[in-house]
Amino acid sequence: MNNGAVWRRREMVALLGAAAVPAWAQFRVEVTGVGLTQLPIAIAPFRGDAQSPQKIAAIVQADLERSGQFRAIDAAGAALDEGSRPDVTPWRQKGADSLAVGSVSHLADGRWDVRFRLWDVVRGQDLGGQSYAVAAGDLRLAAHRIADFIYEKLTGEKGVFSTRIAYVTKAGSRYNLWVADSDGENAQSALASGEPIISPAWSANGTQLAYVSFESRKPVVYVHDVATGRRRLVANFRGSNSAPAWSPDGRTLAVTLSRDGGSQLYTISPNGGEPHRLTQSPGIDTEPVYSPDGRSIYFVSDRGGAPQIYRMPATGGNPERVTFTGSYNISPAISPDGRWLAYISRINGAFKLQVMELGSNTVNSITDTTADESPSFAPNGRLIVYATRQNGGEALMTTTLDGKIKARLAGKGGDIREPDWGPFQK
Amino acid sequence: MFKGVFVAFALAAALVGCSSVPLNDVPVEDKSASSVGQPGGPGGAQSNVAPVVTDSAAGTVAGPANVSRLIYFDYDSYVIKPEFQSLIDAHARFMKANPDRRVSIEGHTDERGGREYNLALGQRRAEAVRRALVLLGVADNRLEAVSFGKEKPADPGNDEAAYAKNRRAELVYHR
Repeated sequence: MNNGAVWRRREMVALLGAAAVPAWAQFRVEVTGVGLTQLPIAIAPFRGDAQSPQKIAAIVQADLERSGQFRAIDAAGAALDEGSRPDVTPWRQKGADSLAVGSVSHLADGRWDVRFRLWDVVRGQDLGGQSYAVAAGDLRLAAHRIADFIYEKLTGEKGVFSTRIAYVTKAGSRYNLWVADSDGENAQSALASGEPIISPAWSANGTQLAYVSFESRKPVVYVHDVATGRRRLVANFRGSNSAPAWSPDGRTLAVTLSRDGGSQLYTISPNGGEPHRLTQSPGIDTEPVYSPDGRSIYFVSDRGGAPQIYRMPATGGNPERVTFTGSYNISPAISPDGRWLAYISRINGAFKLQVMELGSNTVNSITDTTADESPSFAPNGRLIVYATRQNGGEALMTTTLDGKIKARLAGKGGDIREPDWGPFQK
Repeated sequence: MFKGVFVAFALAAALVGCSSVPLNDVPVEDKSASSVGQPGGPGGAQSNVAPVVTDSAAGTVAGPANVSRLIYFDYDSYVIKPEFQSLIDAHARFMKANPDRRVSIEGHTDERGGREYNLALGQRRAEAVRRALVLLGVADNRLEAVSFGKEKPADPGNDEAAYAKNRRAELVYHR
């Protein structure tokens, strides 16, 4: 690595810091902000991208930028593919540490062949590559898997780009539950309804969604297998049935039921059956979520006079209060490593996404919006997806845990809300 | 079948996790699972989702003539205000005179705050009305208190005038 390259890199960081520019505006993923340490990577246009229904290099680059861990180095005009042995000198001079090259081509059987290779241009080393033969409908999945490969190779952690996000839209009087790529694109409708749908929750294996549907003019809980469309009514008791949360082993759902008067927490089998009551309070207990080890349930209760987040053993028992600041703290989400609690706090009339480090109880407010809702962690714990209002409309955003890098996700038209980030695909 | 695809991907991914080696020694690895492209949806994509469309529930029947079915609440409150007592009395009389009728009491909130917490707040409003009807002699098993939270505002605006119209309980009659 020569000194010139180092100097240029600093200069670029400074420039990016000065102007939070939306990258890839044509791709509808807008990234704002800049992190302190971002790996500079050049993604050369994939040979054949022009003929492909999906622009592989653009998808990979937007994925990596949205993570907050990468900074894209301009690679326009480069004519390289996975078979090239690139001259690393010009890439070093541009400030890149790594270079991804590849191709996409149409196979005789109608599928698409996607290939790529990752280079360490500082050491001049080949870091490996992959190829995928996929149906056109899985081209974006192949691009996300490439981004996952690069992310893991260069950061040492698993990428989440090939995971899926569920969310709900309202357009006119129609509601849709969508399953989309982690960038919000490629959304496919799992459920269309004339009545509201809220609180989708992915099962731990990523095949099923639990959610609340109002199609029978009251809130009832369904479990829905997304690949087949088969769904079953899990909780349809007298009163309201809502807030489903999966236990990590997939064997239990925690739900909020009002069948015995008041909104209280129960557990129930994902196949239905008789619920088991978990809480006994005169107030509201709702929004349960399991800790990643399955031993605790975090939930919202107004037993102290105002909604706060509590934690109790997953089998019920004495709750301990977790949030102490403010008078309205709701919608808990726990990071996969159990270290972080994301939740929504009402602060001076605004609803703000907060991140608490559970060890130290340090809380950070990480957005500048005022109607944040429904946080959900990425399965690697590095990003949070949440709903908010921006420019007068509903939006889904991802953010790093420090709030420094945010991206607005693409989505179907209309109001967009209730995101839930699915697990790693097995 | 889909599981098989994912397992194949996972296995292939596990094989890739080795250190870097020169290009000539490592061809680009074939990560395609043999079953990719099997049927399972349009284009055979493994990420396919099967769509489901639902219909809304069946209709409702009339309640007492010339009596409002709406009870409004103050912000953050589920106390039935005195001006709604005569309305609740009229519905109780109607229920006792029409023993075949059942009523759903649907609680609603304004748009501020979380969806699930508002669902619980709306439930409180609905249950307050249910209890008031039971006190007036209507059998509890003919009543169901449910909540729509903030999902079905009566007024889509976002000022206090709209919020006041949205903090409500609605009585909906069924047979």
